[in-house]
Amino acid sequence: MTSAAITQFAVNVGLFVLGVSFLLTVWRVIKGPTLPDRVIALDMLVGIVMGFIALIAIRTGFTLYIDIAISLGLVGFLATVAFARFILSRKARAGEDGTRPPAVPVVPAGTAAPPAMPKATKPKPAKSSDGKQKAASARQPEDKPKTKRKPATGKGET
Amino acid sequence: MDLVLALATALLILVGTVFTFAAAIGINRFPDLYTRMHAASKAGTVGSALMLVAVGVHAADLAILARSFAGFFFFVLTAPVSAHLLAKAAHDSGYPLSDISVLDEKKTDEPRI
Repeated sequence: MTSAAITQFAVNVGLFVLGVSFLLTVWRVIKGPTLPDRVIALDMLVGIVMGFIALIAIRTGFTLYIDIAISLGLVGFLATVAFARFILSRKARAGEDGTRPPAVPVVPAGTAAPPAMPKATKPKPAKSSDGKQKAASARQPEDKPKTKRKPATGKGET
Repeated sequence: MDLVLALATALLILVGTVFTFAAAIGINRFPDLYTRMHAASKAGTVGSALMLVAVGVHAADLAILARSFAGFFFFVLTAPVSAHLLAKAAHDSGYPLSDISVLDEKKTDEPRI
């Protein structure tokens, strides 16, 4: 009688804590800034559900649930491997969810472009004052990508 | 004997849930993907694997204990493989480490392409 009560108490506490863990992990699935974050959180959800199944097996006495847990673990493993292959083949897109710094200066989208433009304009007036002012000032309003234009103007001047 | 089995089952369940809860906290608190993987693939795996063992201990049957240990070893052996694959794929795809990381050995050891 007491042993059954001990097991029952442990199962109830375990179910509650697992439920809280499940919700915390679901929060990471929702929030996770990148795809691998969500995949690893889903992988852990499989583990938590396996724990749920084990506790239900203890509570109900149907030990056949162990086989279900094993097959769920197999499915979770295969799903994670498939997602890893998918991530490898897809490659991370630059600027995804704002977490990945752009490797190539051309890549940043609308958000990153405005701060980049004033920075590019500031060094140019200093250089243009040193060199040929008219040629540089005339081309700046026309073409926004100024960095590429500068070497061309320098070559034309020399 | 019955009481000992019940205590062992309760201990396995509670330790397993503590591990799983720690993993759930870690997966929310760590700064980037690669550190979150520590919590998810180590603590989370051990947590649910201990609960599988608890089923076998609670049943007190050799066949069920064998099956639960089969599930235990299956899960413990496959979790590192999937975590390694995922980390390698993410690193090769260019997902960055967090800003507070001080060393990326995989990047420095790789031959320069």
